[in-house]
Amino acid sequence: MTEKWDVLGHELVPDHKVLSKEETKELLKRFKIGAFQMPRIRSNDPAAMACGAKPGDIVKITRKSPTAGKVLAYRYVIEG
Amino acid sequence: MAGVSPDTIKTEVQKLEGEVPELIMKDLQQNLTQISKDKAISREQLEKAIDAVKNAYQRATVEAGEAVGTVAAQSIGEPGTQMTLRTFHYAGVAELNVTLGLPRLIEILDARKTLSTALMVIYLKEKYSKSREKAREFAQKIEMTTVEDLALQTETDLINLIFIVTLDRTKVQRLGLTPKIIASSIANGLDLEVGIDGYKLRIKSENESMTELRRNATKVKSHLLLGVKGITRVLVKIEGTEYVVYTEGSNLADILNMPEVDQDRTVTNDIYEIEQTLGIEAARNAIINEAIKTLEEQGLDVDVRHIMLVSDMMTASGSIRQIGRHGISGEKASVLARASFETTTKHIFEACMHGESDRLSGIIENVIAGQPIPLGTGTVELVMKGGAKGGGK
Repeated sequence: MTEKWDVLGHELVPDHKVLSKEETKELLKRFKIGAFQMPRIRSNDPAAMACGAKPGDIVKITRKSPTAGKVLAYRYVIEG
Repeated sequence: MAGVSPDTIKTEVQKLEGEVPELIMKDLQQNLTQISKDKAISREQLEKAIDAVKNAYQRATVEAGEAVGTVAAQSIGEPGTQMTLRTFHYAGVAELNVTLGLPRLIEILDARKTLSTALMVIYLKEKYSKSREKAREFAQKIEMTTVEDLALQTETDLINLIFIVTLDRTKVQRLGLTPKIIASSIANGLDLEVGIDGYKLRIKSENESMTELRRNATKVKSHLLLGVKGITRVLVKIEGTEYVVYTEGSNLADILNMPEVDQDRTVTNDIYEIEQTLGIEAARNAIINEAIKTLEEQGLDVDVRHIMLVSDMMTASGSIRQIGRHGISGEKASVLARASFETTTKHIFEACMHGESDRLSGIIENVIAGQPIPLGTGTVELVMKGGAKGGGK
C-alpha cells in the first residue's frame, strides 16, 4: 500500500511504551511481583510490534479511563 | 488576609499525583479555583481540603479481599434478565440489521469468532467525507460482488462436465464489467479454463471428475470480482457534517489499508478482527465499548468498572478468552472449582488420570470442603516462623 498507517494512532489503541531495564526493575520491586504475574501481551501483537517490544520486555500502557481519566497498566511481553 | 493564588492551588493539587486519579485532581483544582475567586482560601484551608479529598478517595477504593468478580457478575447478570431475547431488530442504523440485547451481550462475552451481524463504521478522510458523490463512489468500490451476484442462472452440465454461468447483462453493464473481464478474472484467480459465449461462461474442470466439478462450481460462484471480501452491504449516512459508510460484514484489515479511509477512527464490532489488526489493548477497549453500548441501548445502567473487570480478565492472557467453559472458567487451577462449574465428571475423571492435586486455595474448593473461604477477612492467614529457639530473626 502507498502509505502505511500507524496502529498506535487508532482511537481504540492506547499509548504503548517499552520500559527500560531500570524501570522494569523498579516496577517489579514496587509491586512486589514477578513479571510472569502480570497480564500479558503477545510479541506479534500489532501494537506491541509498533512500539518495538521483544519477548521478556514490559510494556507500559497509558489507558484513557472514563472513571479515572488516565490509568497506567503494564503487560509482560510473551512469545507468540 | 489574601487567599492562596490559583497557581498555589495547582501546585498543591499536583502533589496528589499517583495517589488520586487524574480526573479527581482536575475536579478538585477546578472547584478550589472557582471558590477562591469569591472567597479567599487560606493556606491551611487548602491543605485541609486536599487532605479531605485524599482521605475520601482512599476510603472509597476497593478493599483487599473484596469479591469484585462476584459483584461484577451479579451487576451484569441481573440487568441481563431484563434484556430482549429477540435476536433481530431493525433499529438505529436505518436498514442495517443489528443484533441487540442479550444475544449480542452473550456474543461479546463468549468471544464468538463469527458474529451473527458483523458491522463496520468506516470514516473517510476529509477529501472524501465531505462530498456525497465521493463517499458513494467509495461505498460502491468496497461492496463485494461475486460471480453468483451477477449470474442469471448457473447450471452444471454433467455430460460434458462443464459448469455454465449465464450472466445478467444489465447487472454486468451497470458495474462497468464485460464477460471478458469476468472470464479472465476467474481464469487467473482460480486457474481454470473459461470459454466465453456471449453472456454465457463455460468453465471446464481440469480433472474430468464429478467431485472436481462440484468443488469448482462453488469456488466459481463465490469468486470475488469487485469490492472487499466480507463486505456484503454498504450504506452511506450523513453524520454531522461528514458522510460515513456503514457496512454489513466486516474486514478491518483490508479496509484500513485503503487510502480513502480514516485509519484512526474506523471501527468494526468484530472483536477478534480488532485483536488481529489493532492488538489486545484495542480489543479490551472494544469489548468495553460494545458491552456498554449494548446495555445502554436497552436502557440498563451498569457501571463501566464491572465491564472493565470482565474485559481485563478476557484479555489478560494476551489473546481473547471467553467467559465460560472454554475460557476463563475452564482454565482455573483448581480441579474442584472446574468440576463444580460444568461437566463435573469429565473434569474429575481427567484430574484423576493426570494425578492432579488441589491446594484448596480458592473459594469454591473451600465451600465444598466446608472451610472458611479466603475472601474478605478470611484472606488473611497466620504463618508461624520456624527456626531456632527464641523465634525467627
